[in-house]
Amino acid sequence: MGYHMDQKAFDQCLLKLSKEYTIYAPKRFDGKGAFSDTDLIRYGEVKTVEEIEFNEKSRFSFKEILLPITQTLFYFTENEIKEADSEQRGAIVFLRSCDLHAVKRLDEIYLRNGFEDVYYKRIREKVKFILIGCSESFDSCFCVDMGTNRSKEYSAGVDKKGEDYYLDVKEEEWKELFSLNATKEQDVTIPYVTETKTTVHIPENLSFAVAKSTMWDEYDSRCIACGRCNFSCPTCTCFTMQDLFYTDNGKVGERRRVHASCMVDGFTGVAGGGQYRKKNGERMRFKVLHKVLDFKQRNGYQMCVGCGRCDDVCPEYISFSNCLNHLEEGMKEVSDHE
Amino acid sequence: MDMNTKKLKKNAFRVTKVRGITASRIRVPGGHLDAKYLSKIQEIAETYGNGTVHITNRQGFEVPGIRFEDMPKVNEMLQPIIEGLEINQVEPNTGYSASGTRNVIACIGNRVCPYACYDTTSLAKRIEKEIFPNDLHFKIALTGCPNDCAKVRMHDFGIMGMTLPMLDRDRCISCGACVRACKKKSTEALKAVNFRPQRDESKCIGCGECVINCPTSAWTRDTNKYFRLTLMGRSGKKNPRLGEDFIKWVDADSIVKIIKNTYDYVTEYIDKDAPGGKEHIGYIIDRTGFEEFKKWALKDVELPECAQISTPIYWKGIKY
Repeated sequence: MGYHMDQKAFDQCLLKLSKEYTIYAPKRFDGKGAFSDTDLIRYGEVKTVEEIEFNEKSRFSFKEILLPITQTLFYFTENEIKEADSEQRGAIVFLRSCDLHAVKRLDEIYLRNGFEDVYYKRIREKVKFILIGCSESFDSCFCVDMGTNRSKEYSAGVDKKGEDYYLDVKEEEWKELFSLNATKEQDVTIPYVTETKTTVHIPENLSFAVAKSTMWDEYDSRCIACGRCNFSCPTCTCFTMQDLFYTDNGKVGERRRVHASCMVDGFTGVAGGGQYRKKNGERMRFKVLHKVLDFKQRNGYQMCVGCGRCDDVCPEYISFSNCLNHLEEGMKEVSDHE
Repeated sequence: MDMNTKKLKKNAFRVTKVRGITASRIRVPGGHLDAKYLSKIQEIAETYGNGTVHITNRQGFEVPGIRFEDMPKVNEMLQPIIEGLEINQVEPNTGYSASGTRNVIACIGNRVCPYACYDTTSLAKRIEKEIFPNDLHFKIALTGCPNDCAKVRMHDFGIMGMTLPMLDRDRCISCGACVRACKKKSTEALKAVNFRPQRDESKCIGCGECVINCPTSAWTRDTNKYFRLTLMGRSGKKNPRLGEDFIKWVDADSIVKIIKNTYDYVTEYIDKDAPGGKEHIGYIIDRTGFEEFKKWALKDVELPECAQISTPIYWKGIKY
């Protein structure tokens, strides 16, 4: 059912929903950008509509809610272990279509990849999504080419037009609440983009043979292996484990998992000091092929959702989408050699 | 030819090698100006000068080859520049009202540079507004970060941006980027303790490398702006020396107040027989002792709690 309402009415709905749910949305953190007097847009808890950043893309994705950057799994002391408590409250997450498609990838990895990850599942079960409509794409978006520009599996969708909010509510339990606050009920279609400024072409014949191409070499020197692309990516899900012993009593501590990056030193480290992918070009190759080849071979659809954040955040101006567009040449190069 | 050279100099013109020929010195506070003023400077140079312009060490333009008798006309042509750059002036169309206190200079700051911790030009202009016009010989320079591209330690007052880094521990993924950057590019104020960076406050110079290099925005900048204030650097014949740290983690309001207080101090203690009424503040401090200067400088100044004062200060430099 669709509803039209002003900001005040939408606030009322959020206020009511916040009794049961913690509400997360892209939010502006004043002065918290890496450079002085710049802002940071990332996910954070919101209480009102005003706090939601509708105009700019968030630097980091919603994944930080489903997969906290740092997550304590359990506490240990001598012979005992206690699992960390789970969050009792549910969560509502405002996100765009590309990110909603990313949720499917996270589910694939954490729920359907051999076994269910309990820490993911217990958060995931309590999360509802509100889709933010996209009337136009940002410069680096390439969702249309990745087939993620349109989403239907949301609890509610919102289209902000000036000070007016148009909502498409699918969650049965919410309909009464939105109906009560609406100016009027009407059909609402959440807008989505049908073309993007950035476009990508992934060749049909893409295979791991492209690993032998020289196309990766330039990244040996260009990439600084900082991992920003991974940390901002909504579908990067790797973590590492840390066993932390409390400093005042070394017998007590916790095990936690923290986000990890296949671009950062140490990711492929093995006993004895070896590293499988030493060169940054090799790491780039691994990341790119995981995003647009390996995952697809396993699951039947592309991992990358085309949000373009990796392009936005790279301090060395390495463009993932540009790299994808070189895959065809790369394939040609390696097939010519055969 | 009769010319009051004292008045001429105070009016920001120069006595040159060539008799009867002067040069107009146009200041750009904070070193940043709308491009439209460049054509005005060009016009002055081509109408009354010799068609050339010198870019000065203190972020100004010096237009040489002007005849003494053309100075009033040059002053009229300077008026839109003086007004446009918001320079305090006693009487319109008479040019600059004083030239003792030198142009307040600034590196490009955070309008452009990613390392800068603040908008250097804005603070330079704020200081400019507070102290001009003034006949006393003060040199003030601002730089965005501890790289000190503006070489502020060569000035009476050096203002260096500092970022107080704040760590959101839960966003840290132990990648080590901050620790490496701090070790290789800065002062090794960070080390990893229990997977997370630990900051040695006594070593941290507030360069912001940890924030710039953090891939997850775990490190961010405190929204309060802090500075390092260095004192009494100078070039010159007698005893050139680098400015020494006076206060670390000081705020902009306190800096403005300290500079204004120093004008009172200099007025009280300047050598009345100083040639041309010009004496570097550092020599005055050498005479009165640092404690006396400090007493005047910090009058009614309320420093932030985190401010660290260095006292007493001893300067080095070349002595003959």
